[in-house]
Amino acid sequence: MAAFKKVLLKNMDKRGYTGLLKEYEKAGGYQAIRTVLGKMKPDDLIDVVKRSGLRGRGGAGFPTGVKWGFIPKDHPGPKYLCCNADESEPGTFKDRQLMERDPHQMIEGIILASYAVGAKTSYIYIRGEFILGAKILNRALAEAYKAGYLGTNILGSGTDLDVYVHRGAGAYICGEETALLESLEGKRGKPRSKPPFPAIFGLYGKPTVINNVETLANIPHIVNRGPEWFMSIGSPPKSPGTRVFSLSGHISRPGNYEVPMGITMREMLEDYGGGMRDGKKLKAIIPGGASAAFLTPEHLDVKLDFEGIAEAGSMLGSGAITFMNEDTCMVWAAERLLEFFHHESCGKCTPCREGSMWLLQIMHRMEAGQGRHEDLDLLLRLCGNIAGQTVCAFGDAEVAPITSTLKHFRHEYEAHIQEGCCPFRGKPSELVGTGTSHQH
Amino acid sequence: MFSAEAKKKIPEILKRYPIKASAMLPLLNLAQEEEGWVSEEHMCEIAKLLDLTPPKVYEVATFYTMLNLKPIGKFHLQVCKSLMCALVGSDTLIQWVDQELGITPGETTEDGMFTLSAVECLASCGTGPMMQMNDDYFERLTLERFRTVIADLRSTGECELATGPFRWPDPEVTT
Repeated sequence: MAAFKKVLLKNMDKRGYTGLLKEYEKAGGYQAIRTVLGKMKPDDLIDVVKRSGLRGRGGAGFPTGVKWGFIPKDHPGPKYLCCNADESEPGTFKDRQLMERDPHQMIEGIILASYAVGAKTSYIYIRGEFILGAKILNRALAEAYKAGYLGTNILGSGTDLDVYVHRGAGAYICGEETALLESLEGKRGKPRSKPPFPAIFGLYGKPTVINNVETLANIPHIVNRGPEWFMSIGSPPKSPGTRVFSLSGHISRPGNYEVPMGITMREMLEDYGGGMRDGKKLKAIIPGGASAAFLTPEHLDVKLDFEGIAEAGSMLGSGAITFMNEDTCMVWAAERLLEFFHHESCGKCTPCREGSMWLLQIMHRMEAGQGRHEDLDLLLRLCGNIAGQTVCAFGDAEVAPITSTLKHFRHEYEAHIQEGCCPFRGKPSELVGTGTSHQH
Repeated sequence: MFSAEAKKKIPEILKRYPIKASAMLPLLNLAQEEEGWVSEEHMCEIAKLLDLTPPKVYEVATFYTMLNLKPIGKFHLQVCKSLMCALVGSDTLIQWVDQELGITPGETTEDGMFTLSAVECLASCGTGPMMQMNDDYFERLTLERFRTVIADLRSTGECELATGPFRWPDPEVTT
């Protein structure tokens, strides 16, 4: 642990580092594209990334090099690379920091990824609310063009690449990669039925790779230090590398922490998050953003890597961990998440669109103390008819808060029904003073 | 209608994409930047620019939460009410807005200065409770800080408590 050095957040830890081009260059930035462009075959770069074992940091954890390898080599027309900067999974706020504090790290990753798959145009799809982030990226892109890292014949290598920032306008679903493509094409952001996958039929029907911000930010480091280095940190062979975890909830030090994958949930909470706030006991953990199933204090020794969290019955997702204390009503928490999913359901698939409303209605009456015993079975039956029945993974995500709270905290649902009210009312939403409790 | 200044930006926007329709969100966002909302006239103009029918533009505009299809107050307060912010007091923040400004989500103050919306996750989960006000984020809000924001907006139209470029924890911020 003592030997671990940050990779992605390293530059911004330096005093006075603001992410300007000259600072990034001084820190060794834009060396990787000098090593690669025109000097390494695109296939060899794909092979390097495959050997590094890097998996997507957006949520699904798909091996990045394998994804790149799916792009047809002999395709005659244009191909595209999209950077998914939609960061909309509740609990997640790491990409915002990576973009606003060190934009060139991600842009260099975009140049390398575009080279690997043969894309001459790349779009950064950034969520509409990140107005500052979009400004910072546009400023960084202008710097990169001026320095000859973008545009035509980059560094004399014969490689061309244009990168554009494309702002969304407030829709969670546009973080789903095919919904992102639809949105980028000027339509409502509704996920496409797959197959065909974007590698074959993506943006404008052309081969397209979509990678998350953090995923791309890792690429220059893998090029500079080699796939073996990457494979040696974290939790190899299946979860190598570091991960920027976003911690939130009732803890002393919420925030973004970059750690090697494979540390335990307990280490994350105590060594980084500063433990539970105000001496309260931990009751529940959401380990991978709102779409991930709830875990309990029994899972504190689970390893924070793809396999560890999956074995515990949840998912690592976007690396967003939310800790909830003993005063938090689990029915209320699930209800609040359902409000999110109901609001964000795109409406394409009936089970998700109608199901999210039914689930929410039941959760409303449950939290209000008007639930019925038969509602518990009804909830599970509804969840079973939504999960796996939709075009995208949203259906599975929206049932996770309910099925997992019913699994671990069924007694709280029963207490609501028996007592005819919420036994915790008023407690979970009281202000707990996050504004002043940080210690440095 | 797009202003002369906005019109100057349109050719550059269209140039980014191989098909015109891709400029849909950039143009809708541009329209909203002008007056804080997207009017029917704007949508008709965008349809013409993109060779689409006006209903097609309307269909897209109604999908995205950020696009206001009705006029709103000068300052749009958007409080995140998703679970992670709710755990640290976003419901209380919404009460403060009511207490200080007399508006609940969806309402605008009588003087047209403030509109309140309760919105879903804004990717600020470690620094809640928070709100977005027009282009800016205000994070780690306390009643005192919230009052400062409102007073500053009323007097000067801006407030230096706006946060970002984002980093948290930030060793340079100790309060």
